Amino acid sequence: MNNTIIEGIAAPLPIANLDTDQIIPKQFLRGIDKAGLAQGILYDLRFDANGAPRPDCVLNQPAYAQAPILLGGANFGCGSSREHAVWGLQQFGVRAVLASGFGEIFYSNAMNNGLMLATVPEEYMERLLALAGASPAPLRVRVDVERLELVSAAGTVGFPLSERHRRMFMDGLDMLGASLQHLPAIQAFAARWREDKPWLADVAAGARARLDRMPAP
Amino acid sequence: MSKTLYRKLVDAHTVVRLDVDNVLLYADLHLMNEYTSPQAFAGLHERGLATLYPGQNVATVSHIIPTHADKLRIIADGDSALQASNLKRNCGRHGIPLFDTNDRFQGIEHVIAPEHGMIRPGMVVICGDSHTTTYGALGALGFGIGTTEVEHLLATQTLVYRLAGDMRIRIDGRLPFGTTAKDLVLMVIARIGAQGARGYVVEFCGSAIDALTVEARFTLCNMAVEAGARGALIAPDATAIGYVLEHCPDIAGDAAMRARALAHWATLASDPDAVFDVEHAFDAAALAPIVTWGTSPDQAMPVTGQVPQARNASDTRALAYAGLASGMPIAGVAIDHVFIGSCTNGRIEDLRAVMDVVGSRKVAPGVRAMVVPGSGAVREQAEREGIAARLVAAGFEWRKPGCSMCLAMNDDVLAPGVRCASTTNRNFEGRQGRGAITHLMSPAMAAAAAVTGKITDVRTLLEQQA
Repeated sequence: MNNTIIEGIAAPLPIANLDTDQIIPKQFLRGIDKAGLAQGILYDLRFDANGAPRPDCVLNQPAYAQAPILLGGANFGCGSSREHAVWGLQQFGVRAVLASGFGEIFYSNAMNNGLMLATVPEEYMERLLALAGASPAPLRVRVDVERLELVSAAGTVGFPLSERHRRMFMDGLDMLGASLQHLPAIQAFAARWREDKPWLADVAAGARARLDRMPAP
Repeated sequence: MSKTLYRKLVDAHTVVRLDVDNVLLYADLHLMNEYTSPQAFAGLHERGLATLYPGQNVATVSHIIPTHADKLRIIADGDSALQASNLKRNCGRHGIPLFDTNDRFQGIEHVIAPEHGMIRPGMVVICGDSHTTTYGALGALGFGIGTTEVEHLLATQTLVYRLAGDMRIRIDGRLPFGTTAKDLVLMVIARIGAQGARGYVVEFCGSAIDALTVEARFTLCNMAVEAGARGALIAPDATAIGYVLEHCPDIAGDAAMRARALAHWATLASDPDAVFDVEHAFDAAALAPIVTWGTSPDQAMPVTGQVPQARNASDTRALAYAGLASGMPIAGVAIDHVFIGSCTNGRIEDLRAVMDVVGSRKVAPGVRAMVVPGSGAVREQAEREGIAARLVAAGFEWRKPGCSMCLAMNDDVLAPGVRCASTTNRNFEGRQGRGAITHLMSPAMAAAAAVTGKITDVRTLLEQQA
């Protein structure tokens, strides 16, 4: 699979402020691993209160069932920090989301997991959503991460992505592995910081020890 | 070069500049809960890595914990119980301080950290929870992260941090009778929108902010994230420093350290000529008690007003979900449930405000009203002050601490169609239970709703008492 191009059917989900609580509700967050999250994705939108698929949900229409791209509303992924929203979308088969803007923590979580988020100018987004709504056949979109370009029936438009995030997506950069290379610098910083500002050192351990010394009521 | 307080904090904590947008940022404190940390620990174990500085990390069981008043709290749900026992195992293995399920001081992370002196001006505080912006109230840069970053923090005590822009929100004027920091922040969010501060760290200033207590500032900074902010800050003043010294005996009791700390804290302000990318100004004097009418925290209005016309599809959707019609007065809408608690409004001053409104009144017939203190210490304090006994006599449920019905991840979940007056931070669709309707408001306003059974302008009750 070409790692720089995501191409396929784009499912319209034009709901503003679609928060991560809605992307994956709380009852699906009780695990201690990342498994089995696809079922919870957009649960209340996809299923009714009895667990039956809602016919009004685009993701339940056969043509969109495998859509690798979502067309979201403004401020997609706002709210809770839960990374389960990103893991779940990926397990559900989503590889890219296009929206006029994204919640900040959701954005970082997506970048750290290789879920592509394309921040699209509002008027292009509106044209895309109009086309997706009007066309009898599902709209297709091509997200070119190398060229930072979206191609669709609405035309071609660029999207912003930092060089770091572009490299992480294309090369699968191991962020923690890279940071561990800086460990000597971190340790030197920490030693200096503790010397300079001892009142900020080990505050958690200090608080716990103080509480443990308190007599019972 | 002159700098904003935000830039000073970032620059001071930068270990390495990675590129034009990113730095390796050192964290003085990292807080964890049971549900966003398990996969991070698992990642460390896969790599065979240890926690670099365990004493700068702390964990609490907060989100899944039941809040019934039984002496011993037992988590009935098997998966949730596993999350709690897994957290205990991970903290034990890594030497990380823990506030476990039946710990006397257990509570919501953002309530226990400051009350036990873990938050100090000039810190960077990070947590796998979006409401970590709370700590700006003490001049500490706090913000939420995801689980991949939790793993990174445990292993390196740092974060690959994308720099934010600088926004300043000035609020002058005196908060009118019957209004609180909750009304203030809901007004700000309604005015700038749910993405109005996205990409920015917001510094709050002005005479209205200066007059707020530290607990009120927690409420304000806590909800800045609901405007999309990546952080919130208030330059530490005498009020903030008084709070810190009161809660940090290790500093207060060591004259030399105290002097050094005070000297450092005096530098924690934006330079007079520092430039902000965006500035807003609001007048607190015009504020009325605020309630939300929709499904986003920016869909908020004065309690004296009429439910607005839909401006767009999202308003239409929200009105339908909330079961409200444009043009109807919001005051008088009947409520079924009241929830008082959360990291936004679960502190002692919030409970005092509730008691002041309740007085000798009773919870209205047919209303279920729950009080969930933010922590064990808050609960004990409220019991000592007689607040608990008074609220119980009025018909409130007096429960044990946790996040509870703010996000309904434990067994405190609302049934479909139930309408709740809530002191929490999010009125999202389904947040308190599928199909349940949330109206965000201040603790005083929630108390007024509890005793009248409907959304009520708390000033009318307070005037009767006066």
